[in-house]
Amino acid sequence: MSKLLNVSASPHVRSTETTQSIMADVCIAMLPAAAFGVFQFGIHALLVLVVTVAACVLSEYLYELATKRAITIKDMSAVVTGLILALNMPADIPLWIPVLGGIFAIIVVKQLYGGIGQNFMNPALAGRCFLLISFAGKMSSFTLDGWSGATPLAQLKAGMPVDLAAMFLGKIPGTIGEVSVLALLAGAAYMVYRKVISLRIPVTYILTVAVFAFIFGKQDMNYVLAHICGGGLIFGAFFMATDYVTSPITPNGQIVFGVLLGVLTGLFRIFGGSAEGVSYAIIISNMMVPLIERYTMPKAFGKEGRQS
Amino acid sequence: MNKCVERIYNGIIKENPTFVLMLGMCPTLAVTTTAINGVGMGLSTTAVLVFSNLIISALRNIIPDRVRIPAYIVIVASLVTIVQLLLQAFVRSLYSSLGIFIPLIVVNCIILGRAEAYAAKNGPIESAFDGIGMGLGFTVGLTSIAIVREILGAGAVFGFTFVPEDFRITIFGLAPGAFFVLAVLTALQNLAKAPSATNGSAPQSALACGGNCASCHGSACMSNHAELEAIREKAEAEAAAKKKAAAEKAAAANAAGQNAPAGRKE
Repeated sequence: MSKLLNVSASPHVRSTETTQSIMADVCIAMLPAAAFGVFQFGIHALLVLVVTVAACVLSEYLYELATKRAITIKDMSAVVTGLILALNMPADIPLWIPVLGGIFAIIVVKQLYGGIGQNFMNPALAGRCFLLISFAGKMSSFTLDGWSGATPLAQLKAGMPVDLAAMFLGKIPGTIGEVSVLALLAGAAYMVYRKVISLRIPVTYILTVAVFAFIFGKQDMNYVLAHICGGGLIFGAFFMATDYVTSPITPNGQIVFGVLLGVLTGLFRIFGGSAEGVSYAIIISNMMVPLIERYTMPKAFGKEGRQS
Repeated sequence: MNKCVERIYNGIIKENPTFVLMLGMCPTLAVTTTAINGVGMGLSTTAVLVFSNLIISALRNIIPDRVRIPAYIVIVASLVTIVQLLLQAFVRSLYSSLGIFIPLIVVNCIILGRAEAYAAKNGPIESAFDGIGMGLGFTVGLTSIAIVREILGAGAVFGFTFVPEDFRITIFGLAPGAFFVLAVLTALQNLAKAPSATNGSAPQSALACGGNCASCHGSACMSNHAELEAIREKAEAEAAAKKKAAAEKAAAANAAGQNAPAGRKE
């Protein structure tokens, strides 16, 4: 039969985007930060990246093989999870720790809840928090050029001055992926250009943190900027809070989500016991997403006036 | 005596309170940080359970139905106080590590559950053996969870350390670890098709409550059930009578209707 006469069911216009292409874009966007991490922290950082990604992909493959489900490793989502988890690790971590985190992230948080699209919180961050609680010492000792030092946020908390330029470029101790704001922003710009993410969540998140730091911290521009550039805020705001599965799909909901993230992060950083709070803020907000979506669902055209 | 052995088997395997009935989750999740704590908690609960079942069963015809829960609570609370004082006197370390969870045995749902479901309907000897079975089942459940958590979280079994500090996963010693281990052990039990609260091994019934009166907490249920049945039968009979009457009426009207046009025709 000729193609002209071949009638198919709607939809007739399809996007060329697939899960795979979106995930590949996210991976590409994380490459500058990963490359900078390897450049700064050395070959062990590269090993951590490779091993963590391999652990995530392999555990997804083996679990789906064991439970006789469709193998979904080709959609790259496990690669993204592994990459995010690895970029959240200190560079000199023993390799078995991120492997354990990757297995936990994929099997417990993602697969046990039904696989891709069903996880109730960001798998990589849940894996990171699992490790952070279990191996607190190893997960929060950061070294740079052989020196172990306090992160800028810890210095900030102790009331010491910080070097903003170094924080922007990344000459600071921290996890592999979070140190260079410049590299992260380059990746984020790529994702925005490719329309993989919208700016609603990251911008409201970062602005809320800035306002919170200004009101409850110090009324000083350097202090506020250090809060924005320090820790995992930029990385979390652009790469982790914007995860499709665990962030609201309604536009207003995304703004509420960003504000909630900002307030929680500010609370943890300024009033909490530890210097950083982005991971916990994101996974706690992840769990609020169904509620946020429920109250920000837009009304269909023509039904605006009706009480539901 | 066969009945008594059956009760013990029932408590440990068939209706294990931790993995099958999912009762007493609060101490299960809270005190299972070390194997010693698990065994201690399980055995304390067993002691209370055996005597509370025995006493409640012996008094089952004396306690008025309306005040049975307060009466049970008084009996259980007295027994718990005895156990608490004994622990405090003889095993001081266990007493301090179990802490608030010993007084909380009073409100453990296994104890009230067995009192309602079994002791209030059966003789003292069987009830006591039911208490032994359920208590041992609870002890087995707590100890298996606690051993896994102690190995992973503290790198030890019964206080004997064998994993270097670097390789301990601290989260298993904290509350989330209890949930992980309980979930995995219950999943393994499901996998082995052992009876469980979640794999549909409970008997099916058309009743909303499941109709499994043996594990029901309200002893008023049985009489309610009979009453409800009677009411339903009465309502059905009434409905049938009404239907019959309506049908007769309709038939009569029909006949009249048929007659009328016929009359007009003439």
